[in-house]
Amino acid sequence: MSSSQPEDFSRIKFRLGDAVYEGIVMPRTLYEDKEHITVKLNNGYNIGLRLDEIEILEVGPPQRQQEVVAEEREIPSQGPRVLILGTGGTISSRVDYRTGAVKPAFTAAQIVDMVPELTRIASISVRTVMNELSENMQPSNWAVMAEEVYRAFEEGFEGVVIAHGTDTMHYSSAALSFAIENPRGPVVFVGLQRSSDRPSSDSATNLLGAVVFASRSGAPGVYVAMHEGLNDDLIAVHSGVRVRKNHTSRRDAFRSVNSRPVASVDVRNMEIHFKNETAKGAGPMRLLNRFSERSAIMKYHPGFSEVLLRTYFNRDVFDAIIVEGTGLGHIARKAFPFVKEFIAGGGFVGMTSQCIWGSVRLTVYETGRDLLSMGVVPLGDMLSEVALVKSMWALGNELDLREVMPRNLRGEISERREVE
Amino acid sequence: MKVGLEIHIQVKSRRKLFCSCNPKDPDESVTEFRRRLRVSASELGEIDPAAAFEMKKGLDVIYLAGNRSSCLVEADEEPPHDPDERSIEAAIKVANLLRANVVDEIHFMRKIVIDGSNTTGFQRTALIALNGRFMFRDRQVRIQTICLEEDAARLIEKGNGYVKYDLRRLGIPLIEIATEPLELSPKEARDFAESLGRTLKLTGLFERGLGTIRQDVNVSMEGGGIVEIKGVQKLEQIEKVVEFEEKRHRWLFEVASALRSRGISEESFRDVRPKDVSELFRKYSQVETVKRFFSGSAFALRAPGFKGLIGSEPVE
Repeated sequence: MSSSQPEDFSRIKFRLGDAVYEGIVMPRTLYEDKEHITVKLNNGYNIGLRLDEIEILEVGPPQRQQEVVAEEREIPSQGPRVLILGTGGTISSRVDYRTGAVKPAFTAAQIVDMVPELTRIASISVRTVMNELSENMQPSNWAVMAEEVYRAFEEGFEGVVIAHGTDTMHYSSAALSFAIENPRGPVVFVGLQRSSDRPSSDSATNLLGAVVFASRSGAPGVYVAMHEGLNDDLIAVHSGVRVRKNHTSRRDAFRSVNSRPVASVDVRNMEIHFKNETAKGAGPMRLLNRFSERSAIMKYHPGFSEVLLRTYFNRDVFDAIIVEGTGLGHIARKAFPFVKEFIAGGGFVGMTSQCIWGSVRLTVYETGRDLLSMGVVPLGDMLSEVALVKSMWALGNELDLREVMPRNLRGEISERREVE
Repeated sequence: MKVGLEIHIQVKSRRKLFCSCNPKDPDESVTEFRRRLRVSASELGEIDPAAAFEMKKGLDVIYLAGNRSSCLVEADEEPPHDPDERSIEAAIKVANLLRANVVDEIHFMRKIVIDGSNTTGFQRTALIALNGRFMFRDRQVRIQTICLEEDAARLIEKGNGYVKYDLRRLGIPLIEIATEPLELSPKEARDFAESLGRTLKLTGLFERGLGTIRQDVNVSMEGGGIVEIKGVQKLEQIEKVVEFEEKRHRWLFEVASALRSRGISEESFRDVRPKDVSELFRKYSQVETVKRFFSGSAFALRAPGFKGLIGSEPVE
């Protein structure tokens, strides 16, 4: 009873044991073998069967559903003009229920279908500028995003929302914070932790929070808007240079570190509750969107090999190394000669802490003082990821790292850490 | 009259279907959180209209999450773990017992459920086997499907604009055994459920006690629709449920034939317009039943040709 593999989506009738069933052949992933077939039975269940254990009686033509063409239609609009930029990631995708495939779906009409409340808040425009999962985002993508945001403000948009995959969203938010000096309005990154194909998705509430903040806060700057906690009511708005993805899967994975979030948006009544000052810039908007890739984070750990030290502190490859040191900002004595040589060769070494919370302080212990004397620059309470992006930006725009890295430009370094 | 039974029985396992929580562990603390489910317009067509209506109203769902009996998986804050092997084994054993064809690959699917009883908005379920047989007296009853699925959260409160669920039961592995529709009397339906239930319990693979076995009963009669009664927990109730459903069907047939003989059809309602009778209700707002149920507006509709039928009872 050997059967050959019928085409995907074809309707088949087959015998299994003494019963006859009908169903639709479903596509199999690259990692599934070819000896089996996946069938969606008429009762809606998918099952996998060995091809040589069934007898295929009839094969109909493929039932491939019609691609739904995104309808172009007038969207009711009122209020401030907000541009939503699609960059890829699940927030700008839809899962096809029948096939399970994730497809990009990003027209204004589709977004408004998903979150109809948006039309009462702002007049929404949508542009897809790239289609990258966030793990694939590179500094060149940051440059494109920054340029699109700059252009949007030039065109008169009052706020910009960037739909982004969450894995590296905090790198992108830091990049845009530096790349756009004095943005004319809020730039709000938004993502989701539960994909939009499930009724429990956080996509709609996060997007609502982001659009509310982008259109009504009157707070220019770059932010990240995501769930504040487990509840579906409050969306936290974090400074783009203070935020970190601190959990692999929770809705409230994004947290402000060493700082309170900027605000909380209550999506039940669309109110914004400010919790912290927003950075105030004065002066004309400027685009500084070049990034260098000659910088890296080096997370020091016990047993850090000389091979690794030689790889990082190599002037042929890197101009800057952001060290994620232990505790207050330390690395082992055996690393000293490499650090010295790197700095002597014109390289920049900045110190951050792998503790995540708190500030580095290199004057407390002897190791710290030794590092200072070698020319290592302490970076206060700046997050290592933010320090990396800042160094890439400073190198790209040919700024003096020793001057610019320890100086607070966008709220990335603070002098005070409050008792909480 | 035809009766189809879906028997759901809790698998005896130290963990849930998609995480390591033991639903029997006592909790030291309980966390409460609040969610809203949302379904995109295109999916609404596939969903129970009542549930869709609830959702559009903006139903708040409150969950109580015990620290031992549930974890981030039940809270929909962590992806599901690999399915419980013991449960899959139990399902395959039952399939063999019922001489069903076990599938070669198990694919877990999502069944959209938006009443809040699943934090995700869907139930994970997999078809394990098809086409089994079970001897009931001298008859061979066909078992259509044997599925492995996660139990839903337990409803503990329903209030104005919110529902409250406990997550302890969510994710407990259940085996669902669905029969073909059978010609059965109410008594036979009960005996059949008892016989199959006892056979299953004898395997030692399942939990015992109240709530560990629940049946959905489908009743259909020639000329009528299929009615599904969900979550029947006691065997005596099966007999009653089938009996009442049969009487209700017969009564509806009588009502229908009375209307037909009076010449009433959809057409008869074409010019009937609802009338606002809210004033009347407000006038009687001291009456206890009115006080309890009336708020907002009330509308009345004239029902031509229904004289003597409205108010008649399906069962004396």
